[in-house]
Amino acid sequence: MSGTPRLYAGAGAAAGPLLTVSSAHRAVLGEWVRIVCAGQPPRRGQVIEVSRAATVVQVFEDTVGLAPAGAEVTLTGDIARAVVGEELLGRVFAGSGAPLDGLPPPVGSARHAAWAAPLNPVCRRKPADFIETGISAIDGMNTLVRGQKLPIFSGAGLPGLELAARVVAGARTTGGEPFAVIFVAVGLTQRETQHFLQRFESSEALARSVFFLNRTGDPTIERLLAPRLALAQAEYLAFARGMQVLVVLADATNYCEALRELGAAREEIPGRRGYPGYMYTDLATIFERAGVVRGSAGSITQLPILSMPDDDITHPIPDLTGYITEGQIVLSRELDRRGIFPPIDVLPSLSRLMGAGIGAATAPDHRRWSDQLYAVYAQGREARLTAAIVGESGLPPADRRALAFTDRFEREFIDQGEARRTIGETLELGWRLLETLPREDLRRIPEAAWARRAGPQATP
Amino acid sequence: MTGARVVRAAGALVEVAPMPQAALYEIVRVGHRRLLGEVIRVQGDTATVQVFEDTTGLALEEPVEATGAPLQAELGPGLLGSVLDGTGRPLSRLAEHEGNFLSTGTVAPTLDRARRWDFTPTVTPGTVVAPGDQLGTVQENEGIVHRVLLPPGIDGVIAELAAGRYAVDEPIGRLEDGAPLTLLQRWPVRVPRPVARWLAADRPFITGQRVFDFLFPVAEGGSVAVPGGFGTGKTVIEQSLAKYALADIVVYVGCGERGNEMADVLEEFPTLEDPRTGRSLMDRTVLVVNTSNMPVAAREASVYLGLTIAEYYRDMGYRVALMADSLSRWAEALREIGSLLREMPGEEGYPTSLGNRLGKLFERAGRARSIGADPREGAVTFISALSPPGGDFSEPVTQAALRVAGALWALDASLAHQRQFPAVDWETSYSLQAADVLDWFEEHGGVGWGALRRETFALLQRDRELREVAGLVGPDALEDQDRLILETARLLREFLIGQSAYDPADASSPVTKTWALADAIHRFHRDGTAALAGGAAIGAIDVAAVRDRLTALRATPEGVLA
Repeated sequence: MSGTPRLYAGAGAAAGPLLTVSSAHRAVLGEWVRIVCAGQPPRRGQVIEVSRAATVVQVFEDTVGLAPAGAEVTLTGDIARAVVGEELLGRVFAGSGAPLDGLPPPVGSARHAAWAAPLNPVCRRKPADFIETGISAIDGMNTLVRGQKLPIFSGAGLPGLELAARVVAGARTTGGEPFAVIFVAVGLTQRETQHFLQRFESSEALARSVFFLNRTGDPTIERLLAPRLALAQAEYLAFARGMQVLVVLADATNYCEALRELGAAREEIPGRRGYPGYMYTDLATIFERAGVVRGSAGSITQLPILSMPDDDITHPIPDLTGYITEGQIVLSRELDRRGIFPPIDVLPSLSRLMGAGIGAATAPDHRRWSDQLYAVYAQGREARLTAAIVGESGLPPADRRALAFTDRFEREFIDQGEARRTIGETLELGWRLLETLPREDLRRIPEAAWARRAGPQATP
Repeated sequence: MTGARVVRAAGALVEVAPMPQAALYEIVRVGHRRLLGEVIRVQGDTATVQVFEDTTGLALEEPVEATGAPLQAELGPGLLGSVLDGTGRPLSRLAEHEGNFLSTGTVAPTLDRARRWDFTPTVTPGTVVAPGDQLGTVQENEGIVHRVLLPPGIDGVIAELAAGRYAVDEPIGRLEDGAPLTLLQRWPVRVPRPVARWLAADRPFITGQRVFDFLFPVAEGGSVAVPGGFGTGKTVIEQSLAKYALADIVVYVGCGERGNEMADVLEEFPTLEDPRTGRSLMDRTVLVVNTSNMPVAAREASVYLGLTIAEYYRDMGYRVALMADSLSRWAEALREIGSLLREMPGEEGYPTSLGNRLGKLFERAGRARSIGADPREGAVTFISALSPPGGDFSEPVTQAALRVAGALWALDASLAHQRQFPAVDWETSYSLQAADVLDWFEEHGGVGWGALRRETFALLQRDRELREVAGLVGPDALEDQDRLILETARLLREFLIGQSAYDPADASSPVTKTWALADAIHRFHRDGTAALAGGAAIGAIDVAAVRDRLTALRATPEGVLA
């Protein structure tokens, strides 16, 4: 849509982030609104409800000091749009889209709707291209592919953001196609965003990145806008410019809190734990913007970071996220305390698209290799619990072996500190750990796979 | 100002006035873009409309047009192989018109008007026909004969009916009262299609999944709830059933789920073979897709559309399998709309009518004799995935489903974490129909099927108790007989219950192979028990040999070793 702007003097009411205009008869759902109060910076908003009696505007900026009677409200005649273009690469913006790097606002190549139309499912291609992140627990056990959305389930004090930064720094695709990183901070602290930015400042990666930063002190409702601006840019780079785009969104929990705050302001009937009943659908409009489409070489891969409140994976935020995303990487407080980095607990972690990405691109026996590692590790973890009661000597021999394997697996395979491992190195390491066990413990590896491993030109 | 106009709009909900003649569930066209909407409340001259498309950009006072009809499915040849959105628009034709992203207000009929079909009449002019009577046939594809039936509500004497090549909306003939006859018929999706009578369930719905066929079998026309937290493999199960279940027609409803999963189905299904006919799997499949980011009201409609298409083929005498992934998303759509209506919420914010509406969905499954002369017997088997929050089955949607479903296939996160797939929790799962179909399995699966099944449950139960003890005292402290049970149960879990959807040789298991594996494991247990009783030590029992045998059996197509 694109209509004429209309100016209204004075609004009827204001409550929290909502402003009610009583005379705007030609208001349009989703219409973008400018609000000016004398002596205050201009604010922006969006029409979320129209009726003959009143138009309800959701204000993106802080509403402290907003006096409805004296406000000048302009309905712009357009919906929320994001300026997109290659010239945004290398730049830093606020969650509102305003530049934070001291440079003028970008002109851009196009203006796309921030709340974008859904992809037609028949136009999607099946994501199947392996991304080497350099992290063994991901590449080997929970493989990431282009077009996937794979969240990191972190927790207070766990290095979710650090892991994402490592993935971004280490991610390699085959063939050296153009790629871009979009980082969108949602309600992050100054310290967290700085830390993340610093990792990039020195590197040439900065020139291939766009940052949208909504910090803790920034307006809550802007948290709903920031991811959409970022994804509009991602869609442009991926589908109009054919780039491989990696979007890191941190922290999805802050996004959901903002959604709940707005729901309460709108006096909606709350769902589980006070979160709105439409949170699943709303999150889907963000996460489903990952993918690969027919007729384009580009891709959008999403790596959202989410703090599980009280490490509870059944909390509505990780729960609904897990139902939308294609798996999850779960961080473990126990592994973190033992100094293991990245502290990924592979048992509850999952990549649903792993099957499509491994095999030809990695190794023919990759699936069996990871199934076997999972099986022994799960056995060893269970044995660890039993051993805590009956003592290690009370375990049957196979369980004792699995337990020893489990200790080594965590110390040598999961823990990799600062090192980046190629997929070949990851697979070799896994094979070596498996080979510490007798063949009778490794039932998921068929003879043919051992033969391939032993063969003269065998690749692991 | 004349005519109905938008007087209030918020999200998917629009209030329209004046519209005093509006009927509940009537379809309306909203605004200049003519968005598809449905009346869900009428108060005085104001109608409340849920809009099936994105309402962004809709302005106050835009005109609204009533259509006088409820949401209908277009039924006729050409449904098979198509991919529809929740309101029945073909997604591939939308893509041709508007590109990769879905825009609003596009009208696209379900059935392609440009395509022509060879119609062969089976009745002659002068015949008295009533609803459900067969007028003729169309070969919809190599495998499926599409029976053209007189729709409910019409009867009379055939005046004209001629063989020929017709588009779906062209008259193939007419009745003496002048009513035209076409290949196309319409049916309101929220109304169950009539049947002459419901039939008893006595034939199993063969899934090709051992854990279901062997432990928790359902009958054709049965209904199953498949709840599981995320990552427990619901979608893999639903897709395995869509691929390998013995059904004539499969209707797969992707309700509020992932776009990439649908891309997977769309790329994979055309390359797979129908296990029954050897033809392309798409030839027997209709996909209804409303992904999580598509409009929520259309998600609610998608399940009804799927059911209506399933019933339509049931009436032709086909065995139809309907998969819905997932009904929880359907229920959440109800909740979202209820919340916009400011209805008084029931448990966890769901509308109080949830149980009632869910029950009505499940009641549309069943085996039935069709109306009409020369009645046909068909079935709709309904397999519905559920996504309980936090994997907690006590939540309202799962509980409502369990009150009406004929079976529960419960999926468990801890089994999934151990990569034990399908992650079916055999202690929680049940089938109320197992007894009805056991005779069939005795006859076609293998002798002693029922006894093997009972022994399997008993062993698994004993295994659980023993593992609790072993967790306290260590397995070495157990008696040899008990350690043999642990070993047998491990084989049951690995070779009988466990089945890899990714292993081409094992993704689907014929009932003979299922029986052969069960039989081999129990034989091992009987022989081992006898050996221990005869004084042998547990270490002397050759587990490796039986494992080799089971591995070999599992790799055979039918469970017969050379």
